[in-house]
Amino acid sequence: MLQRLSTFLYQRPRLVLALLLGPPMLYMVVVYLGSLFILLINSFYYLEEFTGLIVREFTLRTYAQIFEPANRDIFVRTAGMAAAVTVADALIAFPLGYYIAKFASPRLKTWLIIAVTLPLWSSYLVRVYAWKLILAQEGILSWFINLLHLDGALNWLLSLPGIGGSSLALSPIGMFIVFVYIWLPYMIIPIQTALERVPASLLEASSDLGARPFQTFRTVILPLAFPGVVAGSIFTFSLTLGDFIVPLSLGNSKFFIGQAVYSYQGTAGNIPLAAAMTMGPVVIMIIYLLIARKLGAFDAL
Amino acid sequence: MPSNVSYGQKASWGLTLAAWGGLLFLHVPILIIFLYTLTPDETTYTFPLPGITFKWFGVALQRADLWRALTLSLQVAAVATIVALVLGTLAAAAVYRSQFFGREAVSFLLVLPIALPGIVTGIALRTTIGSLEIPFSYWTIVVGHATFCVVVVYNNVLARFRRMQGSQIEASMDLGANSFQTFRYVIFPNIATALLAGGMLAFALSFDEVIVTTFTAGQQTTLPIWIFSQLTRPRDRPVTNVVAMFVMLITFLPIFFAQKITAQSADTEGGSK
Repeated sequence: MLQRLSTFLYQRPRLVLALLLGPPMLYMVVVYLGSLFILLINSFYYLEEFTGLIVREFTLRTYAQIFEPANRDIFVRTAGMAAAVTVADALIAFPLGYYIAKFASPRLKTWLIIAVTLPLWSSYLVRVYAWKLILAQEGILSWFINLLHLDGALNWLLSLPGIGGSSLALSPIGMFIVFVYIWLPYMIIPIQTALERVPASLLEASSDLGARPFQTFRTVILPLAFPGVVAGSIFTFSLTLGDFIVPLSLGNSKFFIGQAVYSYQGTAGNIPLAAAMTMGPVVIMIIYLLIARKLGAFDAL
Repeated sequence: MPSNVSYGQKASWGLTLAAWGGLLFLHVPILIIFLYTLTPDETTYTFPLPGITFKWFGVALQRADLWRALTLSLQVAAVATIVALVLGTLAAAAVYRSQFFGREAVSFLLVLPIALPGIVTGIALRTTIGSLEIPFSYWTIVVGHATFCVVVVYNNVLARFRRMQGSQIEASMDLGANSFQTFRYVIFPNIATALLAGGMLAFALSFDEVIVTTFTAGQQTTLPIWIFSQLTRPRDRPVTNVVAMFVMLITFLPIFFAQKITAQSADTEGGSK
């Protein structure tokens, strides 16, 4: 019986393909793409202010709301944070990725890669929570800053308009630190992968031709590692753009995109506006991905 | 800036310092939570700790709401992992064994739920659940989790397929095994550890997922949702510390072993979560 079925299937590769591909594709298309499509449709509905009911007819009214100053500020604020986090992550990740790729012994390398990948998969929420403890006004960081007699500098930093706040735990500076921390592994791994592919012979050739170490670094290593940086930035940028956990836990009343979406769909019940706001990160990421592809980032993934 | 550039030479002290500094930055914050599980202080996060106590572990064990949340999270993660294992393996097998139109699109579609911000998946599912008037349930959470767990299994299994010798399958067929026997005795043993690694990562991913879950859970509380509520409105600080440590440890083990398995078989997944 099984033998006959096996032969039957063997002679029909297209049928086997359909049987293999059918379930996963059906699931992803119906559940995932289907949901995205319904989200898109909802972004063209609008919420009737007086009745609080969603009017299900095509309109661009909801999209127009995005360009109102309050919502526009949210976009600018979030994109600015995402850009700052991306730059900081690249600066911190580069030495580590470089060290792992080019200087660590094979044994150490295995351990370092595991050490960098672990936080990538491990509880995101708990890692945010850790910073709630660290940044608290009476917490370990304040204690440490006190120890170094740097309270003056901290207070000055917190008094800056735009990035300051009442304490580190409730300010854009605090959010920035947490974002940098949370997404750092996403930057290290692509940079390390890109540097791994730089052949040693290229570096030898560079120094044989008389380049000083710094010249080799600047003219050979950095350009070859750049696609890795761009690949990493896709994650750091995209993840910051859509996050609402960090702003809700550490932010103040100034909204970020994810937070706005969260509150519009929740207490406000304004699903159309939440849907339209979500299209923001989607569009920004599509543009970002197109640019990243031009810069060769996909080869570094 | 580094002063040595060629492989095999020693790194400059500046680079070494920056590298290890980055590594410390990645790992020290977690240890702070472990420290705080011992604080007797219930209302603030005072440092240095005003004393040492072990009572919060006992208190956490007594909490019925935590047990309910933990049970729900484990059930959801288990079912989402099974769904991901089946769908991910099927997709990997299809992409590996045949050339077909739209093959690239399959990978793209599978990776989309983790390439786009989690909130997109979350709000999309939330809108669909609302529009179709589906009641929130255990299954709405599972369906959401499975969408982003599939790609983890898919990546692991596909990487393994690509390193497998095609001649083994041909030999098996030549020796008279039918497709099912070939799968059972040749293919399955080859991909078993990839399934294990992918499954463990999918489990860890689902177990502590919060963004999508917030939108698909309705009034239900998974363990991450419980922690999230404590993040925004802290009521049980000491108990939260204990729960955070527990979640860290329970996800650490599967992730660590999955990494070991993949490192040993030199697969290069994990780079793209």
